[in-house]
Amino acid sequence: MTSAANDVEFRSVSKRYGEVRAVSDVDLAVPKGAFVALLGPSGCGKTTCLRMIGGFEQPSEGTVLVDDRPMNGVPPYRRPVNMVFQHYALFPHLDVEANVSYGLRQMRPRIDRREVARRTGEALELVRLGGYSARKIHELSGGQQQRVALARAIINRPSVLLLDEPLAALDRKLRTAMQIELQSLQRELGITFVLVTHDQEEALSMSDFVCVMNAGRVVQMAPPQEVYDRPGTLFVADFVGKTNRLSGVVEAGGRTLRLADGRALPVSSQAPGAVTAVLRPEAIAIAHGEGDGLAGTVTHRIFLGNAVEYAVAADGIGEMLVTADRSAAQTLADPGDRVTLRFAPESLLVFPT
Amino acid sequence: MRALVFLVYLFLYAPIALVVLFSFNAGRSASEFTGFSVAWYGKAFSNTFLVQALSNSLFIAAASAALAAVFGTMAALAIERMGVRMRLVFEGLFAAAIVVPGVVIGIATLVALAAVFSILNPVIAGIWPGESPPQFGLGYASIIAAHGLFSMAVVTMIVRARIASLGRDIVEASDDLYATPFGTFRQIVLPQIMPSILAGFLLAFTFSFDDFIIAFFVAGSNTTLPIYVFASIRRGVTPEINAVATSVLVASLILILAARLLMREKKTRPLGED
Repeated sequence: MTSAANDVEFRSVSKRYGEVRAVSDVDLAVPKGAFVALLGPSGCGKTTCLRMIGGFEQPSEGTVLVDDRPMNGVPPYRRPVNMVFQHYALFPHLDVEANVSYGLRQMRPRIDRREVARRTGEALELVRLGGYSARKIHELSGGQQQRVALARAIINRPSVLLLDEPLAALDRKLRTAMQIELQSLQRELGITFVLVTHDQEEALSMSDFVCVMNAGRVVQMAPPQEVYDRPGTLFVADFVGKTNRLSGVVEAGGRTLRLADGRALPVSSQAPGAVTAVLRPEAIAIAHGEGDGLAGTVTHRIFLGNAVEYAVAADGIGEMLVTADRSAAQTLADPGDRVTLRFAPESLLVFPT
Repeated sequence: MRALVFLVYLFLYAPIALVVLFSFNAGRSASEFTGFSVAWYGKAFSNTFLVQALSNSLFIAAASAALAAVFGTMAALAIERMGVRMRLVFEGLFAAAIVVPGVVIGIATLVALAAVFSILNPVIAGIWPGESPPQFGLGYASIIAAHGLFSMAVVTMIVRARIASLGRDIVEASDDLYATPFGTFRQIVLPQIMPSILAGFLLAFTFSFDDFIIAFFVAGSNTTLPIYVFASIRRGVTPEINAVATSVLVASLILILAARLLMREKKTRPLGED
């Protein structure tokens, strides 16, 4: 371990496959000990970035640094980095113990056998698989295999742990449990985690920083709350969370958004011009009957237990999605009901078009 | 329809069954069963010419199969690392090597060896310091080379199929866990492809042991078991030959069965699924 401020750094990194640019001119700094999620749609270059940190791909241009050391040309087996593979990539001919101790057994000079056994036991305890050391890999469930893959990586105490969609193969309940487990493991070990995911919920719930990628570029890197509340671009707003879109023109003075049908909405000060405004479903309050605000008719209701989602046909605007907290709405609106939608001017996220 | 199938199998296996049956015949006749006896087996295996031919065959088969297993595996590993286009070319070449008739391989190997010897022998004679320079000629080595080349294609195809089903990610995982490329090969790849290498070895052994055509072209004055059998049936089929044929049949069947068992994929749950 060094005293570097960043564990992973990308300096204008590009990766081309023939004519295709998978990653274009990415600059990225992952602070030491942080949990960073690379989030984006498939084909956005996030996996390629992860594989360049691991050493499975070499950048076409630029430099990837790990622990402040440039990694150009350094093969995976000489990098202080370990990876949890998407399909775990456990060694099927080895038992759990031999899988987990594999990394330690590659070290030269050799680590004492008792030391290897002790640390393997520790790593298995850490992922709550104590007593499973003699099991065959194919005897384990998906969740257990996942934890073996995790133990096999963290036993080596890498500077950086890479996770390639680690939860994609698990069912929903197990996924939530593993999210919490991963997060507490990361706090406990203090190792930098870099996670690749296309699941925004996963990225938001676990990480200290979310790095949103699109078409081979980093669009925004910020703490999860900031990415959600103050998305840098329309793409981020759309990709992270649900949105309602309103197009219109911000009038001179920057206080009024004039919609296509002539209606005026108040906005917090904006540069004048054509814009797309985005409104989160939970930023909208729904009230029975007509009143001050946008009037509309409920078309669908989805009951989620802790919340209710409505699709509302707002007059002159079109379909809008509204998420109502259960505590706020005592009586549920039914499809066909006339309702009024209200929201604070600050909750309109405005992007020039 | 069923009768037809029965006839086909009868036609296929009746001659073989007769050979096996008459190997246990007490008398000399090849058409009249006069009583059960294993005397012909004793006679066959005390015939020094036959035993010599048999041990030649076993040695040639073992040596050519070992060569084929080593080089075939190396070729399979190399093909895995090629680009798609090169891979198709080489896979095609190996597949072609398997379908080329034995006669063609026999003649081609003979011509090639003769050409090499006619260049090599004068050169060696020229630089040899002593009185009698060594002369390369047809013999065990040329049979081993010819069989090894052909069998290598078989081993490559079998091992290649196994490597392709291994998946890139366990190799990457080993790479990621600090194993050097050789370490990954020894600890991850080799244990997983070992059954298919053994299967390839056994098939190569069987092929070489049974082969008559190629050996006949390149054996020179040496005799393998099939060549001996061929030569001796010109003096008439004796129950001794039947005994030899039955022994070879049983040994081959055991080897092929073993190879099939090794090639059978272990039934395991796919990783990463519940």
